[in-house]
Amino acid sequence: MADEIQELTGIAAASCYQCGKCSAGCPMVGEMDFGPHKIMRLLQLGRGEKLFEDESIWLCLTCETCTARCPNQCDPARVIDGLREIAIRRFDTKAPKRISAFRRSFLDQIRRNGRLFEFGLVLDYKLKSGDLFSDVTSAPAMFLRGKLALSPRRIKGIRDVRRIFDACLESGEES
Amino acid sequence: MARIGVFVCHCGENISRTVDTAAVAQALGEMPGVAHSTDYKYMCSDPGQSLIQAAIAEQKLDGVVVAACSPHMHEKTFRRAAANAGLNPFLCEMANIREQCSWIHDDREAATAKAIDLVRMIVEKVKHNQPLQPIHIPVTRRALVIGGGIAGIQAALDIADGGCEVVLVEKEPSIGGHMSQLSETFPTLDCSQCILTPRMVEVYQHPRIKLLSYSEVESLEGFIGNFKVTIRQKARFVDESKCNGCGDCTKKCPQKKIPSEFDAGLGTRTAIFVPFPQAVPNIPVIDRANCLLFKGRAKGKKKDVCGICARTCTRGAIDYDQEDRLVTEEVGAIVVATGYQLYTIGKIQPKEYLRGYGEYGYGEIPDVIDGLQFERLASASGPTAGEIRRPSDGKVPKTVVFLQCIGSRDPAKGIEYCSKICCMYVAKHTMLYQHKVHDGQAVVFFMDVRAGGKGYDEFTRRAMNEGALYLRGRVSKMYRDGEVIKVVGYDTLSGEQIVLDADMVVLATAMMPQLGIESLAQTLSVSYDQYGFINEAHPKLRPVETNTAGVFVAGACQAPRDIPDSVAMASAAASKILSLFSNAELSREPMVAHVNPATCTGCFHCERVCHFGAIQRKEVRDRQGNLIKVIAEVNEGVCQGCGTCQATCPSKSIELAGFTDAQVFSAINAIFA
Repeated sequence: MADEIQELTGIAAASCYQCGKCSAGCPMVGEMDFGPHKIMRLLQLGRGEKLFEDESIWLCLTCETCTARCPNQCDPARVIDGLREIAIRRFDTKAPKRISAFRRSFLDQIRRNGRLFEFGLVLDYKLKSGDLFSDVTSAPAMFLRGKLALSPRRIKGIRDVRRIFDACLESGEES
Repeated sequence: MARIGVFVCHCGENISRTVDTAAVAQALGEMPGVAHSTDYKYMCSDPGQSLIQAAIAEQKLDGVVVAACSPHMHEKTFRRAAANAGLNPFLCEMANIREQCSWIHDDREAATAKAIDLVRMIVEKVKHNQPLQPIHIPVTRRALVIGGGIAGIQAALDIADGGCEVVLVEKEPSIGGHMSQLSETFPTLDCSQCILTPRMVEVYQHPRIKLLSYSEVESLEGFIGNFKVTIRQKARFVDESKCNGCGDCTKKCPQKKIPSEFDAGLGTRTAIFVPFPQAVPNIPVIDRANCLLFKGRAKGKKKDVCGICARTCTRGAIDYDQEDRLVTEEVGAIVVATGYQLYTIGKIQPKEYLRGYGEYGYGEIPDVIDGLQFERLASASGPTAGEIRRPSDGKVPKTVVFLQCIGSRDPAKGIEYCSKICCMYVAKHTMLYQHKVHDGQAVVFFMDVRAGGKGYDEFTRRAMNEGALYLRGRVSKMYRDGEVIKVVGYDTLSGEQIVLDADMVVLATAMMPQLGIESLAQTLSVSYDQYGFINEAHPKLRPVETNTAGVFVAGACQAPRDIPDSVAMASAAASKILSLFSNAELSREPMVAHVNPATCTGCFHCERVCHFGAIQRKEVRDRQGNLIKVIAEVNEGVCQGCGTCQATCPSKSIELAGFTDAQVFSAINAIFA
């Protein structure tokens, strides 16, 4: 698995010395069974397959704090992305339902409007995931602070955005 | 006809496994000029050497070729054997059929043919060899030590106690170096100044040590045993011969708020100052950049503005018109002991490959300090008189977080090496802190605890047993939150993300060579690594020598080192120098260039290409004293025998003894014959 990741991303898992600075700054590490440094460790141990039985790699937000702070330029964010690619290609693994529903809703919003329409995103996500009631209590406060617009605003270059989407779909890079 | 003996070595099986040594000996035996050819299992053994010596005597050989390993390995051995048999040692040469043949080939037949060619080349070369005599050069038995920290002090004292004179050059106003700033030392927790200052005084009072403080090496000429050093004595504006160190001037100086370098910026000093009370020499220096009088002069004021120190001094020692002086010293050997500086986490870095730590606030968060600053806080002579108080508001911090490996072992910030001493001094800091603040908690973020050394691991274990909390992981981020500093880390051993509220954070920053070490190294012609650490001549077998003969290295300018290591290295360098000085003359190999005065046209291409400055100009005059021409001449003491001049000379007038054109070209022709 480590070799496969190196071929895909150019990053050698062996260059990680397990200082944990990635996990120290990771906003999602509390939710993950395998934080970024443990993901690197499993690759070093040749037990990367274990990551496909778990949600951790799908929880990464790709904020790249780990990558920015890594002393060894290991780029854990790219490694996690690579693992997702492998999971999808090789095992036909899909991300856990809620996560893939969120991504699909997010991308649909971008495709439609060229930018995020939060209200539409939430609605769409809830329908797709079936998770109808979580976090709804925070909606009124967000609405009052102007964080939830009721109608979408489309960007000028929406045609270009759609061309990008089409090109990606054609090259089979759907995620 | 030459009478050359060829001796082919099996080197156990190292050579004979791939090369048919008997066939080589036989083929060479048939070569014209070879009077004797044989093979043997171990030529370097006693019987092997006797074989050579017997053949020299019986066969009246006038040249010897040993086909064996690399000359690096055994050239000396065989030349000594030849000399003992009465043959000039430089008529004995080696053909390398091990490293350059048997070890790198598999095909026995082809390897044997190649071995024969290699030996034939050397036989042809030896036919043109001339007997050579070693060169003798005189030795000035006087040493220069650059740097007056603990390494320089130790080296100077050892050499001086050995009976030779020493010139000790220190760029700061006082000797003592970083060790004088430390509070206590690991692993014994004994007071640093208590063990250091007596040695500083010893240096000052030693009859054979000449101390040049506030001075820097400007230039160097010459070679081992015969260096001429020019040293710049920077103007102190205080006459050293008149000043008695009473300190009245420093008390009266109106400029009192200048950050003190000795207190790592935590304390203040005056513009005319002695860095610390135990300074050696105890003579003040005026800091021109901060002195009112010099500031006034710089602005072009006609009348001097201050001058209080001069009016205060009862001995008339203040001299505002003093200028830098250049002094020349003749020495036979040099010790480089310039020590280290600490990495800073700031945005502005001294070298382009270094990056600061934005995630730690680029050093702009108050109460984030480095190890040396903590030493000053813990030191009885420091700005807080030994009480641990944080710099921002003077409060006693109840939680102090120590971060190891800041800069060190962090390729993304530009430094890959381990600074070696930080694990130990952080353990020491936690103890000093907890001894002074009984309800305080020391927390250490570490990656590995590297405590190799006598009593070292026991020491770090003691720190943990005394209550320091060790967390394994690097800190991701620090930021100020009201009165506290939030430290966001991770403990990889428990798998927990950890956010701490720290009152003070101490960074164990990397040890780096002093700024400007590169230009000093270039002045001394010694090599240095990518970080500026001086390279030793051999990492294992010649640890205190440099690649320039007569220049030695000691202490943290060679690599991160603690006090015991620096002292050991300094004593090693001193003993090397004393053994060098135990000879009235040095003898060296005669492989140096010679100029043919008849054909030299004086174009001086050789002078331009010589890396060592060995080419001198010599005037040739007729009997009436009229100048005929200026030609090149080689200083045999300086010449390193590289042969660059020989390759450059357009009129073929300069040749390296032992590697003349005749020798080299006959060796090459032997392959095509």
